[in-house]
Amino acid sequence: MALALEVKGLSTTLFTRRGEMKAVDGLSLSVAAGETVALVGESGCGKSLSALSIMRLLPDPPARIVGGEVRLNGRDLMPMPEEALLDIRGKEIGMIFQDPMSSLNPVATVATQIVEVLRSHTDMGRAAARARALELLELVGMPDAPRRLDEYPHRLSGGMCQRVMIAMAIACNPSVLIADEPTTALDVTVQAQVLALLKKLQADSGMAMIFITHDLGVVAETADRVVVMYAGRKVEEAGVDALFETPLHPYTAGLIGATPIPGAERAARLADIPGMVPALNALPPGCAFADRCPKVMDRCRQEIPLLTQPALGRLVACFAAETA
Amino acid sequence: MSLLSLRDVHVHFNTAQGTVRAVNGVSLDLAVGETLGLVGESGCGKSTLGKAIMKLVPIAGGEVIIDGVDIAPLDRRQLALMRRKVQMIFQDPYGSLNPRSTVGRSVAQPLQIAGWTAEATVERVETLLRWVGLPVDAKQRYPHEFSGGQRQRIGIARALALSPKLIICDEPVSALDVSVRAQVINLLEDLKSQFGVSYLFISHDLSVVEHIADRVAVMYLGLLVEAGGRDQIWRNPQHPYTKALLAAAPIANPRLARARQRTVLQGELPSPLDPPTGCPFHSRCPIAQDRCKIDKPLLRPVGAGTLAAWHFV
Repeated sequence: MALALEVKGLSTTLFTRRGEMKAVDGLSLSVAAGETVALVGESGCGKSLSALSIMRLLPDPPARIVGGEVRLNGRDLMPMPEEALLDIRGKEIGMIFQDPMSSLNPVATVATQIVEVLRSHTDMGRAAARARALELLELVGMPDAPRRLDEYPHRLSGGMCQRVMIAMAIACNPSVLIADEPTTALDVTVQAQVLALLKKLQADSGMAMIFITHDLGVVAETADRVVVMYAGRKVEEAGVDALFETPLHPYTAGLIGATPIPGAERAARLADIPGMVPALNALPPGCAFADRCPKVMDRCRQEIPLLTQPALGRLVACFAAETA
Repeated sequence: MSLLSLRDVHVHFNTAQGTVRAVNGVSLDLAVGETLGLVGESGCGKSTLGKAIMKLVPIAGGEVIIDGVDIAPLDRRQLALMRRKVQMIFQDPYGSLNPRSTVGRSVAQPLQIAGWTAEATVERVETLLRWVGLPVDAKQRYPHEFSGGQRQRIGIARALALSPKLIICDEPVSALDVSVRAQVINLLEDLKSQFGVSYLFISHDLSVVEHIADRVAVMYLGLLVEAGGRDQIWRNPQHPYTKALLAAAPIANPRLARARQRTVLQGELPSPLDPPTGCPFHSRCPIAQDRCKIDKPLLRPVGAGTLAAWHFV
C-alpha cells in the first residue's frame, strides 16, 4: 500500500522562559491509504503538538520545528513556503479538533464556512459550492441538513458542530485526515455516531487517518496500528491486537491495566501507575518513565533507550523489554 | 436500612425560554456501605440530582431523606448539621479549592465550622492528608502547586474531614489522565473498605462506573429509566436506552470491540425545554410504538431486583 503520510525524526522544541522543552523528540510514523493509526498518550506527551507540527500550524515563537521530514504523498512539507501550505492544508490533508464549538467561526453560517473551503481550493462557483456544501452535510449525517445550512454554530449541538467540522475537513477529498480527540467532548451515544461516520467515510474514500486520543477504548474501536507516546517520544508501536494482548513497554502495559473493561471479570483493583508524568523541562537523563516503572534497572536512569524491533511490525524503546 | 432515600424529587429551573425540569420525579434508595453509580448523558439531570441531595439547588418537590431525616424543609442551621453526614467532591478539583488558601486551611475549614479545637484540627488535617496519600507538608502549600490528581486527593481529604456517611462524587475522575484516574479510583475504594463510607458515583464514563459501582441507576431527560444491580444492568439491560448506552461505550479490547453487535443510536438528546410527550426516549428509540408517544411508562420491578420504566417488559 502506498504511504500517504510519512513522518521521519520530527522534533519540535518549545522555547519558553522556563527553558527549552523537547515537546516532540524524534517522532517517526507512517500511515498508508485506508489505514488508521492511533497516537496515544496522556496530557503533555506531545501527541497534539505532533499533529500540529505535521500541519505546521504551531506558532513560532514559542514552538519551532527543529528537525525531521513530513512527507505527504511523497513531498516534504517542512521546507515549503507558507503559501504552498495554505493550498495543501484543507485540500490534501484535513484536520478536526476536540472542541468543535470553538473551531468554527461563530459569526459565519455553516454554508459560508464550507463554501469558503471549497472555493479556496477549487474553481467552483458560488452556487455549485453551496450545492456541494449541502451534499457534504448530508454525507456526514447532519439531521435536517437543508435547514442547517444557514444556521450559525451556536444553534447546533456539539455533535452537529463536529459533523460540520468533518464536512469541511473532507470537502476536498484529502488523502490524510488528522483527528485530534474528535469525540472527547461528546456524549457517548454521539461519540459512537461520529466514530461510525469517520469509519464509513474512510471506507468510501480510502483516506489515511491519524487518530489522536487518550482513550484506549476509542483506540480499540478505531485503530489498525497504535503509536504510544510518553514525554515527547514514541515508546511503542504495534498493530492494535498485538498491542493490547502483549504490550511490551511497561508504560503501555500500565495504561491498559489502568483502564477498566466492561463485561470482563472485575479486577479487585485497577493497576495504577504511581507518580505522574515528568515536566518536559525537567526530564531525567535516562528513560523518562524510569521513576514510575515497575521494571526499572540502573541502566534506565543513565541512558535513553532507543527504539528496537523485537518482532515484525513492532517497535519498543525499553531496556527491560529487550532483555525479557 | 437506606442511608439515602429520594422520593419523587423534582428540581426545576426557570429560564428565559421556559421551565427546565432538570429532575422530574426521581425515586431512588442507597443502602449503607453501597456504591451507587448514576449514569446518563449531558443534561440528563444526574449532577443536578447530586446537588439536590446536598440542597445546593432548590428542591421543587419530593423528599430527600438522609439517615431518616427529610432535608427539604430544613433551615440553614439544621442543614449544616446534616451536611456533616453527606459531603461532595467535584469534577474540577481546582475550581473547588480556594486558590488563595493553603491546602491545610481548606481541609481544616469543615472542622473549624464544626467547632473543633485548633489542636485537634491540626492533628486531624495531618491524618487526612496521610489517608489520601499526600505528604504532611502539603498543608503549607497552595492548590496551584499540585497536579490534577493531587488536587482531587485534597478534595477527598476535605470531604472526609467530618467522617461523612455518604460522599457524592460528581465526575471525580473525568478530568484526570488514565494512570492518575486509576490511582484516584483505587483510593476511593480503599477509603470505602477502611471507613465504610457510601458513594453516589455520578459519571458519564460507563467503564469506570462498572468497575466501582454495586448498583447502577440510568437517567434520561430528568427521569430514571432503569436501576438495578451492576451485573444485571450490564448482562441483561432492560430499557432500550440502557441497551443503547452500553452499546455505545467503547471497550478497551479490540477483539471484544469487533465481536459485539452494535446498533448506533440515531439522533441527539431532545431539548429539555421541550421534552417529548409520553416516554421521553421515544424520539430516539429503535423499537418505539404508538403507545410510547402518549403513555409515560412508570418505573416498576422487572425481575432480578431491577426497576425499569419501559412498557414492554
